[in-house]
Amino acid sequence: MSKLQESLTQGQFTITGEVGPPKGVDLHHCWQEEVSYIRNRVVAINVTDNQSSVMRISSVSICALLAKEGLEPILQITCRDRNRLAIQGDILGAYALGIRNILALTGDHNSAGDHPGSMPVFDLDSVSLLATLSALKGGKDLAGLDLEGAPADIFGGAIVTPGAEPIGMQIIKMERKIEAGAKFFQTQAIYDPKTFERFMNKASAFGVPVLCGIVIIKSPAMAKYMNSSVPGVFVPEAMIKPLSDTPKEDRWKVSLELMTTFIQEIKPMCQGLHIMAMGWEKYVPPMLDMCGM
Amino acid sequence: MVVNVPKPDNEILEMVKEYNSLFIVACGGCPVGCNSGGEAKVRELADFLGRSGKKVAGSTLIDFLCNKALVGTRLLANVGQLKKSQAVLVLSCGIGVQATGNMIDLPALPANDTLGSQGMQGLWPSTERCAGCGTCYLALTGGVCPITMCAKHLLNGMCGGQHDGKCEVEKTRDCGWYLIYTKLEELGKLDNLKKIPKLRDFRKVEVSDTERNTTRWALEKQDVYEARKPSAEAKEEKK
Repeated sequence: MSKLQESLTQGQFTITGEVGPPKGVDLHHCWQEEVSYIRNRVVAINVTDNQSSVMRISSVSICALLAKEGLEPILQITCRDRNRLAIQGDILGAYALGIRNILALTGDHNSAGDHPGSMPVFDLDSVSLLATLSALKGGKDLAGLDLEGAPADIFGGAIVTPGAEPIGMQIIKMERKIEAGAKFFQTQAIYDPKTFERFMNKASAFGVPVLCGIVIIKSPAMAKYMNSSVPGVFVPEAMIKPLSDTPKEDRWKVSLELMTTFIQEIKPMCQGLHIMAMGWEKYVPPMLDMCGM
Repeated sequence: MVVNVPKPDNEILEMVKEYNSLFIVACGGCPVGCNSGGEAKVRELADFLGRSGKKVAGSTLIDFLCNKALVGTRLLANVGQLKKSQAVLVLSCGIGVQATGNMIDLPALPANDTLGSQGMQGLWPSTERCAGCGTCYLALTGGVCPITMCAKHLLNGMCGGQHDGKCEVEKTRDCGWYLIYTKLEELGKLDNLKKIPKLRDFRKVEVSDTERNTTRWALEKQDVYEARKPSAEAKEEKK
């Protein structure tokens, strides 16, 4: 059983973090500026897979290096770049390298990334990828053929967007993901406790742990960008104004206070947090200190 | 030529399970050419439905269903029969099914599966598209095609890129899954989302040689061949 699975099964409030692999083989920044700040504060670390359709060093390789150091990786797999043969092979390979947790995503479309002329694969999607994990766990591949050794301890999860409209579609898809084998959920960033509550009122009925997605708002510009361009994410004016009223150099303090208030409000509603620091990894420990976590 | 083949009988019956009274719309174009439509097939389908305990309120053959304006004007003559029907079975490629569905208030269900055209073909261009995936999903998706309307061709619902009903790929482009969801919600059929197969079968995209050799295609080949043969007079003159 993975540490993540153990933590969630025991009903502990579980915190996960996230790092983005670099575009190249120099891992210095990734380790010194990202992993080092969060490694002692989270149960497991997500490693993104060609995030935003931008080519980077593979997620499997970074996960394997984390595992080698005794850290707990969560391998993110998207369906944009590989077909069902390649993905199944990667899952088995990751398992052999000590990776147990997998987060299944459909993936952003190629058109927004740095290789817009590449072939969009999408042979599988988030739901069929979860079904693939379940099949492999049970010792069979997608063609129904027997495996020589099943990756029986895979712990598969998925994502959900609490602020998405129409919310009915999110809930149906969440249910479909659970039927396909999702054992935990990490959410897209959310800032409005009321919206999160509305979502959890529906989602908690499924009995699958939900880790609330936390992206620290760094500036009013970032908030405005998220509101106009990130689907299903809404930063309320009540969070933007205090940041606008604060001089640039002191903003991080206000950011952490705002996030702490939000986290304390949503804590009783969910089973943990998924913190996507996106360059602000050094602020994760003080934020968690402020939350008493 | 858009090659399409009749769906298996059991699939048709499953599709019309909840309807007692049906209307048949058939395309007089490509399906006639590849022997999957036309008068004879309409009669065959009507007989089959009758034997299976369904009432066929009427039928019509229209050249060509990809011409949506024509579909609308021609169906005006059948309003009486359509009012007595709960759904329409369409003998055509996926475009004809979508075009028919977009001109009437009844569910338009595909009686045929469309095979890959593997290239450009003569079509009346409107908003409907058919990719010839070999497995027509339109009966489950409220007549909106997930393969052509979704930029990622997803089968399991909308991705995280949907924003105000639009696609992450292009801000002006409708999200196909948003259209499917709102249509099914309107029809009270959101349960359909759980019936869609999770995986695509890409073998169906490949077309066998016999399926390509349709009657009309063979005729066209023959005409071209004969036209190119030098006439007896021309041969004489050369001498």
